[in-house]
Amino acid sequence: MINQIDLMRLVDQYRDDGIVVPTMTGSRGWNIVSSNKNRDVPLGGAMGKASSFALGVALAQPDKRVIIFDGDGSLLMNLGSLVTIADKAPKNLYHFVLENGVYAVTGGQPIPGSTKLSFAGMAKEAGYPTSFEFDDLEEFASRVAEVMNSEGPVFICVKTTPEIQNEPMGLRKPSGLKPTKTAIRDLKHDLGLWD
Amino acid sequence: MTQQALLSPEVVIQEFKSNGITHVVYLPDSETNWMYQLMEAEPSLDLIPVTREGESVAIAAGILAGGKKPVVLIQNTGLFESGDSIRGLALDCALPIVMLIGYRGWTRHGATPDSAARFTEPILRAWGITYYLVEHDGDANRISLAYQEADRTNMPVVVLVGDEYHGFNR
Repeated sequence: MINQIDLMRLVDQYRDDGIVVPTMTGSRGWNIVSSNKNRDVPLGGAMGKASSFALGVALAQPDKRVIIFDGDGSLLMNLGSLVTIADKAPKNLYHFVLENGVYAVTGGQPIPGSTKLSFAGMAKEAGYPTSFEFDDLEEFASRVAEVMNSEGPVFICVKTTPEIQNEPMGLRKPSGLKPTKTAIRDLKHDLGLWD
Repeated sequence: MTQQALLSPEVVIQEFKSNGITHVVYLPDSETNWMYQLMEAEPSLDLIPVTREGESVAIAAGILAGGKKPVVLIQNTGLFESGDSIRGLALDCALPIVMLIGYRGWTRHGATPDSAARFTEPILRAWGITYYLVEHDGDANRISLAYQEADRTNMPVVVLVGDEYHGFNR
């Protein structure tokens, strides 16, 4: 099992001037690690759609690295996006899935198929040219250059330690995350696209 | 009796070109299937086929965030499927996404046996989404109006494509 913060610190070293789309539990971790929040779009609001949103960004900005930190439950809501991404095959897209096996933000209920399915296997069979799976930080650290220098779309399943939230919603600390609407505005400003 | 197509694909593609559309995010449907060959032959358009319509709005949102100009091309049944993406991205993030929606079940006479048609306009009104109806070439400039409206309001706008070609439900 890998702590998502440790993973993200390694990935951040390879983001260059890239755009990062985290979602759900990954958004909280990336908010601690990110070296350029003007190019982060934490995706809330449309559950499971981070991979689709990131595909759109990757196609619109083919010269920029685009990194997704997807959730396992999130990807299950939008499995068809694996096929859509593989079909368009953006060379600049790096699709991480943080597989903790549970719905962490709703109290830790197991995701369907948690003990049976292989996300890396599904991505490979959907047509991703490169698919990795890691459950050990040292191994990831030794291969992160290979991962981030592979031509996209690259799929990386990482077995992570669950960070379960089980407090009533009204008692949880504010996430401190930038709203998606604000993040999109900031990204366009930073890319010099604002009209 | 076979009915002549009154809305030409060439005219719709020209509307896309004159509005600077770069990407077409689509899932084929019965009302707009005549456009695909021409779209594929048009070098200024990057076509993005999706596996389920809910993907289409999120992909279009990402394309807009990246500075390009998409159009979403799906059927009204897919509009229902896309509800959470429309709510959580297009509406909540105030994104000027224009969606061409095949109007399955549209009869122009009011009564229709198809619930897809009966629910389409009430749902758009419930979401507060402005919509235009396009049935023939003379209406096609409403696609431009839709883009102007979307840009002016920073909100999604729908163009309903009436079923003039197949004549279902007549």
